[in-house]
Amino acid sequence: MFPFSFEWVWDMGHMVFHGGLWYALSILGMGVTYCIIKAVYDTAKGQGGHHGHGQH
Amino acid sequence: MDSALIPKGVKRCPIGQFAVFIAVVGAVLLWGVVAMFLCYIKGLNQTNMNNAYGFALWIWADLAVIALGGGAFFTGLLRYIIGKDELKNIINYAVLIGFVCYSSALLILAIDVGQPLRAWFIFWHANVHSMLTEVAFCLTCYFGVLTIEYIPLILENRQLDKVPFCHHLSHNMHGIMAVFAATGAFLSFFHQGSLGGVTGVLFGRPFGYRTGIGIWPWTFFLYTWSAAACGPCFTIFITRITEAATRKKLVKDNVIDLLAKIAGWMLLTYIVAKIIDTWYWAAVTAPSMGLTLMDFYSNNPGSAYGLWILIAEVGICGVLPAIMLVSGSVRRSPALLFIAVTLAVIGACLNRWVMVLQTQAVPVLSFESWFTYFPSWQEIATTILPVAYGVILIALSYRYLPIFPQEQELNPIEGGK
Amino acid sequence: MDQPNNKRFGMVIDLDKCTGCGACMVACMAENNVPFREDDTDKLLSIAWMRVYRLKNGKSFPQAEECFLPRPCQHCEGHHGHSPCVSVCPATATDYDMQTGIVSQVPTRCFGCRYCMAACPYHVRQFNWWDPVWPDGMERSLNPDVSVRMRGIVEKCSFCYHRYQRALDKAYAEGRRDLKEHEYQTACTQACPAGAITFGDLNNPAHAVHKLAQPDMAHEGQSRNPKAFRLLERLGTNTKIYYLSSKEWVRKAGDTAVQKA
Repeated sequence: MFPFSFEWVWDMGHMVFHGGLWYALSILGMGVTYCIIKAVYDTAKGQGGHHGHGQH
Repeated sequence: MDSALIPKGVKRCPIGQFAVFIAVVGAVLLWGVVAMFLCYIKGLNQTNMNNAYGFALWIWADLAVIALGGGAFFTGLLRYIIGKDELKNIINYAVLIGFVCYSSALLILAIDVGQPLRAWFIFWHANVHSMLTEVAFCLTCYFGVLTIEYIPLILENRQLDKVPFCHHLSHNMHGIMAVFAATGAFLSFFHQGSLGGVTGVLFGRPFGYRTGIGIWPWTFFLYTWSAAACGPCFTIFITRITEAATRKKLVKDNVIDLLAKIAGWMLLTYIVAKIIDTWYWAAVTAPSMGLTLMDFYSNNPGSAYGLWILIAEVGICGVLPAIMLVSGSVRRSPALLFIAVTLAVIGACLNRWVMVLQTQAVPVLSFESWFTYFPSWQEIATTILPVAYGVILIALSYRYLPIFPQEQELNPIEGGK
Repeated sequence: MDQPNNKRFGMVIDLDKCTGCGACMVACMAENNVPFREDDTDKLLSIAWMRVYRLKNGKSFPQAEECFLPRPCQHCEGHHGHSPCVSVCPATATDYDMQTGIVSQVPTRCFGCRYCMAACPYHVRQFNWWDPVWPDGMERSLNPDVSVRMRGIVEKCSFCYHRYQRALDKAYAEGRRDLKEHEYQTACTQACPAGAITFGDLNNPAHAVHKLAQPDMAHEGQSRNPKAFRLLERLGTNTKIYYLSSKEWVRKAGDTAVQKA
């Protein structure tokens, strides 16, 4: 999973597979982090009333 | 008693009735948990698997629930990326069903491995050339996506929504849901495909082996396609069952009709590809390995089904529901629509069954004969366990979360039953 | 890593000589600490790295004939080391060694997903459904060179790899870098009273296996010996176990022909 595990090889297979994996994980991680940080910020600002449901 | 938790403007059954329902399903769940611990404590000798049947009921269950859980990624793709806006009325439920399916698959896999404490080796010591590695990574990541998609729903619970942070978080997550949905679709494409590749790459097993493009056997694409076709059918199937159980209409007909129509066309194109694949395999691939089609379908002991299993999978549960679903008049009839989606769901399950179980059963060495297998009660109980868990999670979610945006409009309380 | 120095250890089993006595199986069990149970009658649940199959020609007396076929791991090379089981293992618990041609299995790395068992058409890979239980006192007779395995993992024939390591150690201690043919032999080879099993380096023209198997390396090791065949050769598994038989029906039985009998 990481380059420091002994079976790791810098070949095409590893680069494509782990490239895809870490790309997807980064997007998810950044997405969630953004949501949480923005929620903290919004809460602190006391912004935004209650939105209706079904608009999402 | 729990009315403060129930979404505004909708009616739910009395808490006592709900508790009895949960207790009954909970008993089934407990039965599965007992079997699960038996497997953990005593080992896989609790199953009826053997050295010829290393993959059995559990792997089938994994493949089947993941295919059926494909409704989540495909509906998400249609809703957020392609822009089929009506589907917002069923996407919550599709996500919930997907969440149940994928968590079930992970649970079954965790029981299925011989040394569960070493299960993390699949990530840490990953062999990137193995289809199972790809499945494990994408499946776990996609389960993460489904969790991300399910969390805002939980946060919309009436009491949680009052907490400003929860409200904002839910709102923000909805705001960028398209990003998560796109990542989910990307991951789903690969793990659904890799599941097809699991048997497709086995060149020592002529029944499961398929040629393909590059490292991907044809089954890679067929599995993704069939999950996109049959997943939404399962979403409709469960929606209809939920409507029957709650005695309410929860999703408007035009929403169901759109999803069924898309699923129908997906199923029709899939089944054409599947027929071509089967023909090519029977006419070219298998003969090149010294076997004919009938070698795989004759003289199998304990069952007289022979070729009927192929006819049932491709014809009765493939071509038939595909034709039914693309027909507008069939879709307008609730009974026929239900039959069609049920057949499609059975078709996907049957396909996974055949690819896992029959691949193991067919003798390859000429001096061996067919291998037979029947699951032990522990295997059956642990396979029913996630069903019970799914029922409970869906019941709780339905009771306390605004899963169906159209419920209030379709079931005004003033005119309540 | 020098290509010409690479070995391809393999075996030739003369089925005309095999009497089906099972000595190879017993020797293998003892050598490799293969676990067994009090009631080991269900052969689909028991473990035997070497298993002797009984083949029949399906004819009635007086044409009835039978043949015994010992089946160790076939150590498939596939296409450039792409053996059916190695490529599928998700945790890299099995490996194809290009220097010896041996398909290894790392018991402590295996977590028991059994994908390799599904991949192997020879049913060579077997699962530890139970933890091993040795009869009282037997622990003292276990082979210290081979680790015992625990329940929940897959195991298989290793061509007695520990014997290779031991032989190499000895040779190195004596200042040699190469082994003589007799220095590395598997337990089953040495136990066979009929001398039906021959083991050695298929790449080495001086070795008996090479002379018997006559592998054609231009055609993935296909034998030039008209008496020789490999199991399921047509699937492209490219195995390193060659069987010899003077009987055509036996040679045919090695091919995929499930219902043709």
